[in-house]
Amino acid sequence: MSAGAYNFAYLDEQTKRMIRRAILKAIAIPGYQVPFASREMPMPYGWGTGGVQVTAAIIGPDDVLKVIDQGSDDTTNAVSIRGFFVKTSGVATTTRTDAATVIQTRHRIPETPLAAGQILVYQVPIPEPLRFLEPRETETRTMHALEEYGLMHVKLYEDIARHGHIATTYAYPVKVAGRYVMDPSPTPKFDNPKMHRSPALQLFGAGREKRIYAIPPHTDVVSLDFEDHPFSVQEFDAPCALCGAEGVFLDEVIVDDAGGRMFVCSDSDHCEERRAAGHEGTLAGAPAWSGAAAAAATEDAS
Amino acid sequence: MALAAGFADPVFQSQATFRAVAAAMAEPGHAVALAAGLVPPAGLLATTAAVLLTLVDFETTVWLDDRLARTPEVADWLRFHTGCRITRDTDAADFAVIAEAGEMPPFSHFPQGTAEYPDRSATLVVEVEAMTAAAGQLLTGPGIEGAARFAAIPLPDGFWHAWQENHAAFPLGIDLVFCSPDAVAGLPRSTRPIREG
Ligand SMILES: [Zn+2]
Repeated sequence: MSAGAYNFAYLDEQTKRMIRRAILKAIAIPGYQVPFASREMPMPYGWGTGGVQVTAAIIGPDDVLKVIDQGSDDTTNAVSIRGFFVKTSGVATTTRTDAATVIQTRHRIPETPLAAGQILVYQVPIPEPLRFLEPRETETRTMHALEEYGLMHVKLYEDIARHGHIATTYAYPVKVAGRYVMDPSPTPKFDNPKMHRSPALQLFGAGREKRIYAIPPHTDVVSLDFEDHPFSVQEFDAPCALCGAEGVFLDEVIVDDAGGRMFVCSDSDHCEERRAAGHEGTLAGAPAWSGAAAAAATEDAS
Repeated sequence: MALAAGFADPVFQSQATFRAVAAAMAEPGHAVALAAGLVPPAGLLATTAAVLLTLVDFETTVWLDDRLARTPEVADWLRFHTGCRITRDTDAADFAVIAEAGEMPPFSHFPQGTAEYPDRSATLVVEVEAMTAAAGQLLTGPGIEGAARFAAIPLPDGFWHAWQENHAAFPLGIDLVFCSPDAVAGLPRSTRPIREG
């Protein structure tokens, strides 16, 4: 043990063991929310304390950590969490999805497909997908136990009755391995298909709500829908203005005082790598764009 | 007689061991190499000892099979290094350590969890001589791309039939971690054995 002021990765060994046991149960029961004794972290709830505890319990000196917030490595939240792990564990960090062994995320799944052996850790504010239908924990627990998910379908169907389509675009509920309905955290539904049979291990940590859940690799993750209203992801009218990428999630960014706007990759690393490889969008010469600005511009959307 | 030591470097050795076990549970039936890096008490494999030091503490109750229960060094070592409770009551086990795989009690004797809290179930840590993915039972389920083969030696007769029953109770049931002299493999309750023609 170093003489530093912190335990390795901040948490004491007893807490890590407790979290590790919860993670193993979560992997064994995909989509089920395992209660755990969430600890106070040196950052407020809402800053991803659940994800931070999961990352702290798994990370080791051989890992390479990437932290993203709204798709960007550069937001205050991402920089602060990355700095926290550098300070407490000395772990190597990266912005490149394919160079990372552990990726902690809020709101997005990277566009670059994940690989076997990688672990994606989600920061989750509200882990219970049934919470807004039923506030009582004892009731939602019973509903999960009985696989009583009718209310969720009613809610989605009310969307269709009111809007003509399912209006839920974030935290869109999924069924994991044919059993548990799970909240994929406030990721856009655009990312839901990336969860399905991903070769990576996906871990979810909710600090305030004290829950850990997981999707093992190669596991079926199906977005709830109806035969006559099948699940579909958001589509964008134009490619990324900077790198020309299509089929990626775009953020609307205000580019000047006159209210000029453009749509650019939400995944800033993906965009930068494409530009470095010579891909150009219609505004490739535009002023330097930072992911932090994009995240700030979309803050209200979450 | 002096007790065997624990991890020389508990922080990093338990982290590495946990990652091996997590990888094993996330990819059922795939043997994950584990260099335990410790001298276990007599009667226990080094890999088993590393797994227990990583997951067991004063909040957990450990059941030892008959052979381990006859070897007081094991219980003494576990209590000293982890502070865990030792039990002879399968109903009370959070973890069960089984050195004689051929003689393991029925899975149903261990806590299965409840419908509301299926995580309140036992994890069986089972020592085997060898594991292979080249032959054996065909498995499918979360963590397995398509299907995978797995065999461990020795296993009791009827093991896979019993495992099918354990899986059929999903989300209830026990999870199992196999420890060979140099690797761990996971068998979570979500894993289904496939019957072949
Ligand atoms: Zn782009």
